[in-house]
Amino acid sequence: MPEGKPETIFDVVDKAGMLVQKGRIKVPYTWAAGKVASKFLVGLRDERRIYGIRCPECKTVFVPPKKLCHKCMVEMSEWVELGDEGVLETFTIVHYGEPTVHPVQPPFAYGVVKLERADTGMVHLIGEADLASLEEGQRVRAVFNDIRRGHYLDIKYFKPV
Amino acid sequence: MERAAIVGVGQTRYERSKEGIVAELVYEATCRALDDAGMKIGDIDSVVTVSNDFWDGRTISCMAVADAAGCYGKDASTVECDGAFGAFYGLMRVLSGYDTTLVVAHSKVSEGNPRIITNAAFDPIYERSLGLDAISASALQARAYMKKFGVTEEQCALVSVKNHRNARNNPYAHVPLDISVEDVMKSPKLADPIKVLDASPLSDGACAVIFAVESAAAKRAKKPVWVKGVSHCTDAYRLGERDLTYSIALESAARRAYQMAGITDPWRQIDVAEVYDAFSYMELMWYEGLGFCDRGQGGRLIESGKTGMAGELPVNPSGGVLSAHSVLVAGLARIAEAVLQLRGEAGKRQVAGARTALAQGINGICAQQHCVWIVSTEQ
Repeated sequence: MPEGKPETIFDVVDKAGMLVQKGRIKVPYTWAAGKVASKFLVGLRDERRIYGIRCPECKTVFVPPKKLCHKCMVEMSEWVELGDEGVLETFTIVHYGEPTVHPVQPPFAYGVVKLERADTGMVHLIGEADLASLEEGQRVRAVFNDIRRGHYLDIKYFKPV
Repeated sequence: MERAAIVGVGQTRYERSKEGIVAELVYEATCRALDDAGMKIGDIDSVVTVSNDFWDGRTISCMAVADAAGCYGKDASTVECDGAFGAFYGLMRVLSGYDTTLVVAHSKVSEGNPRIITNAAFDPIYERSLGLDAISASALQARAYMKKFGVTEEQCALVSVKNHRNARNNPYAHVPLDISVEDVMKSPKLADPIKVLDASPLSDGACAVIFAVESAAAKRAKKPVWVKGVSHCTDAYRLGERDLTYSIALESAARRAYQMAGITDPWRQIDVAEVYDAFSYMELMWYEGLGFCDRGQGGRLIESGKTGMAGELPVNPSGGVLSAHSVLVAGLARIAEAVLQLRGEAGKRQVAGARTALAQGINGICAQQHCVWIVSTEQ
């Protein structure tokens, strides 16, 4: 909308005498990434590196990292530098569009990628791929965006190796 | 534990774009449950409503249905989860000093945008920006499960065929259909391997269930249906941290519910089951998690016909969630359907002689939580 012009937020539709009011809720938020995700995201932004974090008790390496291990209920602090390659564990090809939330146009693919040395899967977009020939077990590599801002989408997608 | 029973159930019809406001749906379900139990609102000691602010498009959404649920002047509280979990809280209340508790869930899924709303269930720092939603996330789970065990799309389609056919016998169902596996296979793709007919519809509706302690249950109009066992369990939040090929949360919830109910052989001891099949593959995974068959055998079980209306253990005689998916309501509706079966009031969808029934609810992306109920005609 042009600046200064108020957006009409309430429209009324008359369905044979039954009125339906259209509206939308837009609420700005400022979500803290927290210490752990911030380090991970800065790693993507400044080093093009993917960092995981290891549980001191069960030794699980989580990526993306989080502060505590849900199984052991202990804090994690041991960072592990992971490679940018891994294996596609599962995937789906999305055929519908939802422009408000989808970062790309359909058809496109999501995958769960198990990076080398990581024990958890990382969910991300799969790009530069012939969607029809994607397969579980296929090796994929992270492709970083040229312009990075400390965001999960600093990894543009994973592409088949 | 003191014995508790379900003494009243009420549902609206499930349909797309109902004309009424949510409070009207809640009122309809509440009045039906009260009538069913032969109760007046004054006989209800406490109320649990089930609502979610995003689906309702308003904050503190529970307050907007308080009048319609009969909360005025009562101890009322809310659960923001599937209705099966709301029912768990309702049961806790009658076991904690309230003689009777009404639980009512509602949703008008058609008023919002389910893809945008379920996208908001993901972590805003990590996966949310990918645009994942309930369908695409479930597709990742479906594919992981099917690949691991060799379950086919045709086997998943059989669930859709069975449940949509069953729905023809349920006057509350939204999408009764006489379809074939081929129809499911040819329906448009949403997110591989999920196609339109593998996915549940967007249904508006409400459901209410009334719990009572033993002393209060005896006074009610209908024969009480007894709660024999109930448990719920939670898995890890992130998809990448779970084994998507089976549900540890369901296996655990089922095990504990069975233990409480004295069930050692669920396949033989349960007469009818109502499970939360938001997508066709889920019913197969839930067969496994509930111990109806071994891990990976869900596809073979649906093929055997043993979970059909004429089978040994009919699953979703109501048509299930694939035939009416009112989000938040659907788990409570599974319990209401189980009650109707045990009373012999399920009409054309009745499973003859049912004495023990199972109902299951799920919550979260790819069913992060499961809630399993065992109810029985016998105390």
